[in-house]
Amino acid sequence: MTKNILLTGVGGQGTILAAKMLTIGLMESGYDVKMSEIHGMSQRGGSVTSQVRYSEEKVYSPVIEKGTADIIVSFEKMEALRNLDYLKPEGGVVVINNVEIPSMTNLTGEEKYTEGIEEIIEGAASKVISIDATRLAGELGSVKAANVILLGTLVKSMGLDHIDWEDIIRRNVKEKFIDLNLKAIKLGMDLAK
Amino acid sequence: MKQLLTGDEAIARGAYEAGVRHAAAYPGTPSTEILENIAKYDEIYAEWAPNEKVAMESAIGASMAGARSMASMKHVGVNVAADPLMTFSYMGVNGGAVLVTADEPGMFSSQNEQDNRNYAKMGKFPMLEPSDSQDCLDMVKAAYELSEKYNVIFMIRMVTRVCHSKSLVEVGERKDVPVKEWKPDPMKYVALPAYSRILRVQMEDRQKALEEASENSPFNYAEYTDELKDGQKVGVIASGASFWYAKEVFGETASYLKLGFTNPMPKNMITEFCQKMDVVYIVEEDDPYIEEFCQRLGFKVHGKDTFPPYGEMTPDVLRKSLTGDTLPEVNYDHSLVNKRPPSLCAGCPHRGLFFRLGKRKDIMISGDIGCYTLAAGAPYNAMNSTVCMGASISVGHGAQQVFNRAGVKRKVVTVLGDSTFFHTGVESLINTVYNQSNTINIILDNRITGMTGHQQNPGTGYTVKGDSTIAINIEELVKAIGIRHVKVIDPNDLKAVDEALDSFMDLDEPSVIITRWPCVLKKFSQEDLNEFEGLFQTKDVVDPEKCIGCKLCQKTGCPALIFNAEDKKVTINRTDCVGCDVCKQVCPTGAILKESEAK
Repeated sequence: MTKNILLTGVGGQGTILAAKMLTIGLMESGYDVKMSEIHGMSQRGGSVTSQVRYSEEKVYSPVIEKGTADIIVSFEKMEALRNLDYLKPEGGVVVINNVEIPSMTNLTGEEKYTEGIEEIIEGAASKVISIDATRLAGELGSVKAANVILLGTLVKSMGLDHIDWEDIIRRNVKEKFIDLNLKAIKLGMDLAK
Repeated sequence: MKQLLTGDEAIARGAYEAGVRHAAAYPGTPSTEILENIAKYDEIYAEWAPNEKVAMESAIGASMAGARSMASMKHVGVNVAADPLMTFSYMGVNGGAVLVTADEPGMFSSQNEQDNRNYAKMGKFPMLEPSDSQDCLDMVKAAYELSEKYNVIFMIRMVTRVCHSKSLVEVGERKDVPVKEWKPDPMKYVALPAYSRILRVQMEDRQKALEEASENSPFNYAEYTDELKDGQKVGVIASGASFWYAKEVFGETASYLKLGFTNPMPKNMITEFCQKMDVVYIVEEDDPYIEEFCQRLGFKVHGKDTFPPYGEMTPDVLRKSLTGDTLPEVNYDHSLVNKRPPSLCAGCPHRGLFFRLGKRKDIMISGDIGCYTLAAGAPYNAMNSTVCMGASISVGHGAQQVFNRAGVKRKVVTVLGDSTFFHTGVESLINTVYNQSNTINIILDNRITGMTGHQQNPGTGYTVKGDSTIAINIEELVKAIGIRHVKVIDPNDLKAVDEALDSFMDLDEPSVIITRWPCVLKKFSQEDLNEFEGLFQTKDVVDPEKCIGCKLCQKTGCPALIFNAEDKKVTINRTDCVGCDVCKQVCPTGAILKESEAK
């Protein structure tokens, strides 16, 4: 059975590195993996989505169909709402980083950042895990590790904690950030319980 | 060993393993990463060409000289390269030659959705269509063997999802392919009509041999099932990424004919497949290329009568076309999702120019392809046309000629980036000088090719390999062409922008304004740091006592400016601000200060 993971956020939040480590872990554990990324032009601040599909059998399409994501991990609240139609109506999980990054329309006052996003998502998803990943990462030493906290929550939620993520972090993160990220992934996994 | 690679990375790996020695490209989404990855191999000479025609010709010369060579580009780039491509097909190769085209069904970052498979048919050269990263690597390697065997350039047609999706690839070792001997051969390499007429006849034999190769290619294969769907034997013929989408939706209840060698088409294989089926669906992106071939063979197949004639054939699209509905989704109010439109970055050197240009009346702004095309939208509304790379100057020239002759008092201002100017803007500017239009031509020299993710270009002083080279001086170049009125300005200085525009507005001859300031996301070279003093090293702040909440600063479209509805004041996001001072110059009350000036 193919599992579908959708990671989303705003350019610069580290979604692509998190997706990369996720796919390496899946590949090295023997799964077939396909990943599709949509990133816009190279400007800062756009919506970014990585779609990861894995299975013990062959994976066909690299893109996730709406209504089939087992889990959505959103690095920013509005992006969770934007991609919510990808979630499986039965048994879908949403992990939200409790952070609001205003868009251009919010900054100019054209649109007010929608309130109560968690409540909307709680009404739609079977399970919602809301995490202050950015604040917690800051307490660990750098807000940049928020992506690895979320990765930890993701892999625990998907029952992928048998994979040696610490080893994957050691091999894919700059040396001076290894200890920080090891703490981050452990914290993320604890938060999924 | 298996690696997880994008299609672009797998093409680069395939080129390496196939013994390619020479690769040329012009950046364009989604093809850019092919050359960027090839450049990492010391064994392959790689270069950014100023445009796709030059890249194609560089690869042709390398093939003539006996090396395996590659040119890669986005689909619209092949339009630029089509002139040499069409004739090179007649000539054939010495070292194997491959052109990679990256098509864009769905137009994620392109101005049109043209189907470049038609080029293969028109140019009578063979084509392969990979469906995933393993296909990319295998097809590149096979293409070089076949190119040399059949004496013809091969085209590999990718689509965005193949270029940018990752899947598992079995990688191998590099094959050392020596450079073949070059001998003068005018019959082959000099495209005189008398020689081309002979080659044209020979191409028909080549085409027949290639038809045989297509019939026997491992890239064309059938997967049959005994299962019936609604009592019928259902067959699907698909190529590229569409094959996997079809497998996702039709599942085990259909037989498949996967086509990877799609020019020439495997006529017998398709005939045999269609004869065994009760109903056949053709799943392909862009044009009905396979569908029309099947129809010519006399088969009644379903293609564009069932699926949309445009866009990607992703599983949701196929499912909706076949069943009338998509899979069930969760219910929520989609109108609550706020827009997140792309915007020029905080510190973007295009901001100051377009903020001022958009205020001008009685002008037409002829634009081009780059990040700066965002100036067409709010809050700038400072671009009236964009056609293709380099078109700004020549489209502007044509319009100016009409305005002037029709007695319409409207100045045309053309705008394009540094890389776009080198691409095809230079010839356009030559036309403007030669035929004397009095347009103002603005070259946005941000010291890099920005939108595709920071590639070097002839003006930056560095090659794709990171080696230092001669930086072509745009100011000297335009003067040499014959432009007599040139100003180089800092676009963050709004007064300088206005003065430059004012001084050229009433001229009867063409002029050039070069806005020279680096892209805020660029990794600055030592030359940048020497030239641009204090580059992006300051911060601006708002004095809340002076801010009157007029939001004039936000008309500059800077994403670092935040309007707080509660106190009706603007603040500046310190992380994003790089101190370009554009907002500071706009504020009517002097509320925006350098951090060092603030109390």
